[in-house]
Amino acid sequence: MSAGRTGRIAAIALLLLLAGGLFVPDWLRFLLTVAMAQGLVALGLTVQLRAGLLSFGQALYYCLGAYAAAALGRFLNSGDVILQMVAAAAAAGVAAAVLGLLVARYRGIFYGLLSLALSMILYGLLVKTEALGSTDGINILPSTLFGVRPSQAWLRYSVLATAGLVAFAAVLAVERHFNTPLGRLGPAIRDNEIRVEYMGASVRAIIHIEYVIAAVLSAVGGALAATTVGHIDPDMAYWTTSGEFVFIAILAGSGSVLAPFLGAIVYGLIHSTAYQLSPNTWQMTLGIALLLVILLLPRGLWSLFPQRRSA
Amino acid sequence: MSDPVLDVQRLSKRFGAVSAAQDISVQIAGDSVVGLIGANGAGKTSFVNMITGFVKPDAGRIRFGGRDITGLAPRAITRLGICRSFQIPQLYGSMTVFENVLVGLGVLLRNAGRGGFLSREAVVVPGHGGSADEAAERVLAAFGLLPYRRERADALSGGVRKLLDIALAMVAKPRILLLDEPTSGVSAMEKFQVMEMIIQAAKGEGATVLFIEHDMELVERCAERVLAFYDGRVIADGPPGTVLSDEEVRRLVTGALPGGR
Amino acid sequence: MDQVLSVVVDGAIYSAWLFIAALGLTLVYGVMRIINITHGSFYAIGAYSAASFTGAWLAAGGAPMLSYAVLVVSAVLVALVLAPVIERGLLRYMYARDEVVLLLGTYALFLILEDVVKLVWGVNPYFIAEPYGLLGSFSVGRLIYPVYNLLLIGVALAAGVALTLLMHRTRAGKLLLAVIDDPELSKAMGIDVGRFYLAAFTLGAVLAALAGALTAPTVSVVPGLGVDVIVLSFSVVVIGGLGSLPGAALGALIVGVVRSVSVHYAPQLELFVIYLVMAIVLAFRPRGLFAAAEPRRI
Repeated sequence: MSAGRTGRIAAIALLLLLAGGLFVPDWLRFLLTVAMAQGLVALGLTVQLRAGLLSFGQALYYCLGAYAAAALGRFLNSGDVILQMVAAAAAAGVAAAVLGLLVARYRGIFYGLLSLALSMILYGLLVKTEALGSTDGINILPSTLFGVRPSQAWLRYSVLATAGLVAFAAVLAVERHFNTPLGRLGPAIRDNEIRVEYMGASVRAIIHIEYVIAAVLSAVGGALAATTVGHIDPDMAYWTTSGEFVFIAILAGSGSVLAPFLGAIVYGLIHSTAYQLSPNTWQMTLGIALLLVILLLPRGLWSLFPQRRSA
Repeated sequence: MSDPVLDVQRLSKRFGAVSAAQDISVQIAGDSVVGLIGANGAGKTSFVNMITGFVKPDAGRIRFGGRDITGLAPRAITRLGICRSFQIPQLYGSMTVFENVLVGLGVLLRNAGRGGFLSREAVVVPGHGGSADEAAERVLAAFGLLPYRRERADALSGGVRKLLDIALAMVAKPRILLLDEPTSGVSAMEKFQVMEMIIQAAKGEGATVLFIEHDMELVERCAERVLAFYDGRVIADGPPGTVLSDEEVRRLVTGALPGGR
Repeated sequence: MDQVLSVVVDGAIYSAWLFIAALGLTLVYGVMRIINITHGSFYAIGAYSAASFTGAWLAAGGAPMLSYAVLVVSAVLVALVLAPVIERGLLRYMYARDEVVLLLGTYALFLILEDVVKLVWGVNPYFIAEPYGLLGSFSVGRLIYPVYNLLLIGVALAAGVALTLLMHRTRAGKLLLAVIDDPELSKAMGIDVGRFYLAAFTLGAVLAALAGALTAPTVSVVPGLGVDVIVLSFSVVVIGGLGSLPGAALGALIVGVVRSVSVHYAPQLELFVIYLVMAIVLAFRPRGLFAAAEPRRI
């Protein structure tokens, strides 16, 4: 899909979100905001998948972002959503810059396993850290935007609108990135690393960069999720959380940078409907949905939409 | 030879009990076309692998334009101006022929510190003079690949894949182009045309071409100089007519006479 | 001195449990090249089967000493029935796909089975402590341990020896080694690879269920029991090398001892020290300490 077309669809989706968000019930606003947050993480997964790498531990940065947002509240007494996202991005950027030095040496299943191990290390650390609430977690301060606290009636909508705008910006930025010389090297690495090296580029350096991009996206998602839910705990780093993100990414497919957000919304809807219908079978419903996608829609949900041949 | 572009001194490499290179010393002049012949396992590919950084020699030095490149990584050697094609074409299977070339041009841009976030129309590719799209068109045209521009690389026929592999090596406008069996997979009728096209494209950029080849007729017609390999050594070095009629070469390489191993 | 002794004994017990728990996972990977997330499901199903059947047995007045047999047999039987159904009914349709897709498939199955367990056994905890205390206790120095834990160590050793003999001394075992080495070639030579996959998956499931059954008397069996086990078994297997039996033993030993040491001397590290070891091993020997050598494919 061309960048122009992606941009137009994204703009329309954003407008729908901003307009529709005014009228829908609160639970739907909540679901959509969380979907935007999770979509950002899934987008991070997609960036790595383009280079042929699947991370089983993306929750590491999602959780890191959330705790960075919480730390802002606990130590600087600020619940500002913008600041939270900035803090999250900074924390993730630094962590990924360091960890990427190690992770970027691995491929295939080992890339996945190492990222899993790292996320579980964070989990273990958080559980045992009293200052961060250990298993009880931390409550997030009520959200403010640019220092202004929205009234209770407008709170959910304000966060939703912020999340929507951030998602929109991310979509445009990542799409742009994919069309740059650097971005084009992702699929090249996936197809033939040797050729990339022989063309004169460092595969490891490129993977490191994509890793950092994915980490920042995930952390911003984590911060948004934190401020929306109002409470965070170490489970955000547990492997099952990473599993959810992988689920969303596969559900969405890699056809477009918009797909992760669609996948996250569908996932949210399945999750909440299935849970409401029968709390003891919602996991089964997800499992069946995943199986159906694997068996019938190998290219994810996005393959349901008519594809236009790329230039 | 005054100022050889490639100066190999006493190159040696063993793989276990096998000597891939035994004390090879060779100087290659700029702007020349050199054919590398030898039976399988004689050391031709190892020679190319060591020059391009795929393998580190046990001993010896390789100098390119006076600069020591022994043991450098492949990407460093490419950036300095030596590129290669492969026996089995190394392509980006899921991308179109056009996109394959774009990737190469993109790397050039990045290595020159340009490209960044700008669109491909906006930036001029160093060495190609023009936008990335224009440069890609020209590279494809030089190799007769324009008709295949929208095809997926993994859907191409063998001969076309070879051509694309070589075109990709040429994208970086190297001073030395190393080709590993450039016409294998190409029909006998077309071999000469294809080789002519490649040499013309390379010479047009002032590059030196070293090519590994098993077809002696092709070597005779296209090479200005021939290096014959046997058991990790260069056993003959000279104009094609001389080398190909050399008795040892005929015995150990071309098999024109019975004997040899 | 007591401290050191307790570290060693605790480590041995925990290592034995880890070994039994991880064995099935490494076997399935070795044969089928699948990372089988349903491993955790079979563990839970084994625990639930054992707990419910043994509970019923004891409540009906059955001989307490026979409760061990009930424990093991019930879990093994349930796994023996369920595993082939899953493998033949679903998994084999995904073999042609990428290894990541297969992993996701087993993940989907895991999600489904989590709820199946809830539907069959309900959400209330099961607790059958009798088999745990029945055998009395033994002392090491001044420390007292239930004899049950020796049973655990015994089973671990027996399982390790049995599998090794099976692989290297029996005809079926040798064919299995051939399949592990090269499925394509094995197929070309007439070996029914499909049947071996079925056998390997079932055996892996049985081992997981066994581990769950043996754990049941020591814990409260609740939903979600298998979730921790998956990632724990995973780390053991990765440390030792995916697909390696001696690797699983070594991995279990390392993780068991490291955890025991940290529990006694640095409890704040306990939870993540295992994953730290996993990360360190991955950083230096990504294929694990004992992995089968894979030829470089350049």
